[in-house]
Amino acid sequence: MTHIAVIDYGMGNLRSVAKAIEHVAPNATVEVTGNPNRVRAADRVVFPGQGAMPDCMRELDHRNLRPALLDAARNKPFLGLCIGLQMLFDTSEEGPTEGLGLFSGKVLRFSEEHLFSVDGQRLKIPHMGWNEVWQLGVHPLWRSIPDGARFYFVHSYYVQERDSGLAAASSRYPHSFTCAVARDNVFAVQFHPEKSAAAGLALLGNFVHWKP
Amino acid sequence: MGLAKRIIPCLDVNAGRVVKGVNFVGLKDAGDPVEVARRYNEQGADEVTFLDITASSDGRGLILPIIEAVSAEIFIPLTVGGGVRAVEDVRVLLNAGADKISMNTAAILNPRLISDAAHRFGSQCIVVAIDAKRADTPSGWGVFTHGGRNATGLDALAWAEECARLGAGELLLTSMDRDGTKEGFDLALTRAVSDAVGVPLVASGGVGNLQHLVDGVLKGGADAVLAASIFHYGEYTVRQAKDFMAAAGIEVRL
Repeated sequence: MTHIAVIDYGMGNLRSVAKAIEHVAPNATVEVTGNPNRVRAADRVVFPGQGAMPDCMRELDHRNLRPALLDAARNKPFLGLCIGLQMLFDTSEEGPTEGLGLFSGKVLRFSEEHLFSVDGQRLKIPHMGWNEVWQLGVHPLWRSIPDGARFYFVHSYYVQERDSGLAAASSRYPHSFTCAVARDNVFAVQFHPEKSAAAGLALLGNFVHWKP
Repeated sequence: MGLAKRIIPCLDVNAGRVVKGVNFVGLKDAGDPVEVARRYNEQGADEVTFLDITASSDGRGLILPIIEAVSAEIFIPLTVGGGVRAVEDVRVLLNAGADKISMNTAAILNPRLISDAAHRFGSQCIVVAIDAKRADTPSGWGVFTHGGRNATGLDALAWAEECARLGAGELLLTSMDRDGTKEGFDLALTRAVSDAVGVPLVASGGVGNLQHLVDGVLKGGADAVLAASIFHYGEYTVRQAKDFMAAAGIEVRL
C-alpha cells in the first residue's frame, strides 16, 4: 500500500490536502506528519505551505525537517503546493528569506503599480480565485487535464526561475508568471489542487500514480 | 483572459441546519448543509460561504462537524463566518476544514483581532465582513452591527482601508440598505470601496436577478459576488448566473 506523507511543520491546516488525496487514492495511507523519520519512510511526499515564507522556513528548520525533505525531493515523487513551491527556490523577497535552494531563482511580490487589467480595472493582491493554467509541454501530472483549465490560486508572491525548461505551466495576472515547475521526480504548483474541484483532483490523482 | 470573477452562494446555518428555503429538485433534506453545499458545487459555485447565525451558545459548536463533513468531500474553498470572536475561534474553524474565516463585530470591537489572526494564519484566510449603510460620515456610508441596527460611528470607507492595512486578505461588503430588498447591490458603495482598497472585494446585499450580479462586477468593481436567496429559492442556478455573466463579457469559470 502506498504511503504518502504530507509534511506538517505547523503552518496552517493540512486537513484539506490530506482529504483530497484520500479522495483520489482510497487505498493509500495518507499521513500528515512533522516527523522526519516518517517523511523518510514514505513512498511519496507532499510539501504544502501557507502563510508567510519566513515563518515557514523557520518552522521547517525548528522541526529539523530540512534534511528529510531535501532527501525526498531528490529521490521520490514529490509534490510542492503554494509556499511549498516557493520554498524550493534560492531566495524570496518576502522577509527577505533564504529558501531551500533546490531550484535556481527567486520569489517576487506582485507589484501594485503594474496590476491593471486590459480594460483598466485595478487588480487586487492577493491574486485570489480561479485562473487559467497553461501547460508548457507534456507531463504525466497534466494527464486528462485540459490545457487552460482553471485552478484556485491565493498568493501575493510568485516564482521566477533561472533555468529555462523548469517551468511546467504559466498563468497570467496580468503578466505571465510561472505557476508550476517540474524536474525529474519533483512537481510543484503555485495553485491549490486540493481546492480546485475536478481539475485539482485529477492532478492529485496523477501524482499518486506518477512513476518518475 | 485570466482571473475569473467568482460567484459565491451563501448559506445561513442555525444550530447545524441550513435555514431559509433551499429549493433544489431532488434534494433529500434541504436543511442538510452538506447536501446543499454538494449541490452548489455541482452547479459550479466557485466558493461556498457558511454564515453561522446560531444565537444560543449551546448550538454554536454544531458548525464544526458540518465544516468537517463538507471539506471532506467538496474540494472548493469554504468560507465560514458568524460568531468569530477570538484568534482561537479562527484556529478551530481552520482546523475543521475552513479555508477562510470571516469576522465582523469582533473586529470592530478589537481591530487587533485582524492583525493577530493574519499574523498567525496568513492574510489569505482572513476576511473582514463589513455591514455598511448610508450615514452621516465622510464617505456617506457608516459601519453598522446587529443587522444594521447599531451604528458604530466608523466610516465604511475608512474602516475598509483599515482592515486591509491590518492584514485582511479579502473584504465582504454588505449594503444593509439593500440587503433583502432584491433591488441590486449598492453600486456606488461597492465601487468606492473597490477603488480604495487593494485586496479582493466580495459584494453582497440586494441581489434579485442576474443583471444585478453583472452590475456588481462591471459597475461596482467587485472581484466576487455573493448571493443567497436567488439561489436558495431555485430562481436561478449558479450555472445560469455564470452563463449570464459570461454573455455580458465577464470572465467566469464555466
